[in-house]
Amino acid sequence: MSAEYPDDLLYTREHEWARVDGTRAVIGITRFAVEQLGDITQVDLPKEGDSVKKDEVFGTVESVKAVSDLFAPLSGKVLKVNDPLKDSPEYVNDDCYDEGWMVEIELSVESEKAGLMSAKQYKEFLEESA
Amino acid sequence: MPGKHPRALLHESRPIFEQGSPGRSGASLPALDVPARDPAVDGPAALRRGEAPHLPEVSEVEVTRHFTRLSRWNYAIDLGMYPLGSCTMKYNPKVNERAARMPGFAGLHPAQPEDTLEGALALMWGLERALCEITGFQRATLQPAAGAHGELTGLMMIRAYHQDHGGKARKKIIIPDSAHGTNPASCTLNGFEALGIKTGAGGVIDASAVRAACAAHPGAIAGIMITNPSTLGLFETQIAEITEVVHAAGGLCYMDGANLNALMGKFRPGDAGLDVMHINLHKTFTTPHGGGGPGAGPVAVGAALEPYLPTPMVARDGERLRWDFARPRSIGRVRAGSSNFGMLVRAYAYIREMGGPGLTQATEMAVLNANYIRKKLEDVYPVAFDRPCMHEVVFSDKKLKKETGITTLDVAKRLMDHGFHPPTIYFPLVVPGALMIEPTETEPPEALDELCTALREIAAEAVTDPDKVHSAPHTTGLRRLDETLAARHPRLRWTPKAAE
Repeated sequence: MSAEYPDDLLYTREHEWARVDGTRAVIGITRFAVEQLGDITQVDLPKEGDSVKKDEVFGTVESVKAVSDLFAPLSGKVLKVNDPLKDSPEYVNDDCYDEGWMVEIELSVESEKAGLMSAKQYKEFLEESA
Repeated sequence: MPGKHPRALLHESRPIFEQGSPGRSGASLPALDVPARDPAVDGPAALRRGEAPHLPEVSEVEVTRHFTRLSRWNYAIDLGMYPLGSCTMKYNPKVNERAARMPGFAGLHPAQPEDTLEGALALMWGLERALCEITGFQRATLQPAAGAHGELTGLMMIRAYHQDHGGKARKKIIIPDSAHGTNPASCTLNGFEALGIKTGAGGVIDASAVRAACAAHPGAIAGIMITNPSTLGLFETQIAEITEVVHAAGGLCYMDGANLNALMGKFRPGDAGLDVMHINLHKTFTTPHGGGGPGAGPVAVGAALEPYLPTPMVARDGERLRWDFARPRSIGRVRAGSSNFGMLVRAYAYIREMGGPGLTQATEMAVLNANYIRKKLEDVYPVAFDRPCMHEVVFSDKKLKKETGITTLDVAKRLMDHGFHPPTIYFPLVVPGALMIEPTETEPPEALDELCTALREIAAEAVTDPDKVHSAPHTTGLRRLDETLAARHPRLRWTPKAAE
């Protein structure tokens, strides 16, 4: 299993992460989100080519407890979707930072990433809100 | 034996399709008195099916035992307390059943001539007047068959209103995070877009958050949907101001009335300027639900939406009642017949039996009972918001989880061993590990004490014997089920062996 909150990722207050590489970013949900949700039973994601907007809903994740919205950490166009999650949503529970990634987007507003938290800031945020 | 593993004579029952044998039947038909025709030969070719349907071939005793056995696996309000938050699982008085079974009601056909329906029309008229009196609205449609159906109907009327008033571009409905989960779905079904806002620090909606949402989307706000009291069991103290803000922005105000049980005789949404609300007869007005019967979700409206009510409405000309279809701006019918009419009879019987003072007292006792439970348990199960609640109280597993690793799910499962239906869990979402209890007014104080004792014992057991809690339930017909497997790989229907 990967680290709880890897240092190379950026985080949101809604518990999504983004791995930014140049003008692209891979997006998923954090270990904290996974623990809160419990066993995930379904993940609904946008299609390739769809646009997502920072802080707006881009999909839903359903667990045995509830259905929760996914909020985009950054704006952009969806390049790739992690299709295997359709049949194997448990990848998100098992490995939320690698096999459980959700979408990859082409960033439309690169400067947005300045508004996201570092791993250290996110950990502090979690402690404050505990 | 069709069942196996009798557990203290609690029989399992195989699917009825796997019982019986070919050719067995529970019915004997009279001799044919017309020439025999074989549909497989004489029937229209286009309507012939390739093979016979796989219907159960069973005797009467097999059918009776099958369903009686299944019924014994059930839990019901007639067996014990059912503290499901936001569901208002109150006792359903037996006099309601007597009223609904009166032949003049039970034997009606929805399509019979209007002049033979006077009694039913009088009941519907009386129920509509009573619901309007309780909620402070002008008129109400009784057609919607459930709460979510009521939401759909209410939003259809809001949409029609905006189309009539040059507001076609109004697409956004504000929904706070303490609203019922069905609200966003009702928006989407109507082509609206749900605009989420967060509850304020005290657990109630802040009028300033609503003002900001309206300001951010000028000309686009179609309305707001407020659940009041909210799913946090809190009364929305700023509701009058919120209503003004939304109206000023050109929107209409929908109130989800699922929690009306906390308001009767105390607060009338129509007086506070709300435009429309649905009422769950199967919650507040004691018609059976939770598998015990169909729902009924009348929708009451104020002046703005009155022209858009579904047709037909009951109209009164002097002493005579009739169906009124002449409502040109109506959204039309939302359900065939006259809704689940038997539920209307039950709700009316309840309202007439209780009277105004009785309903007010029901509300007072519902709120008192919830606060009694809150005070008895808040030291072991911290409440999300430390203030008096309305008809339901939301605890969290925060303390228990931290100290023992036992979660809300474990507590809910263990509660079954104490003879209770579990409360609502993990809802509302804004409270992590929520345990939401709504006792209702019909529980005697002894039952409340038994529930609190059970929950305290479970909290103590979480320290002394956590495995016992974590592996609960132990005394039910089936042990803990694999809910994850069921959700990930649901088997939604029986399939014949050969077709598998």
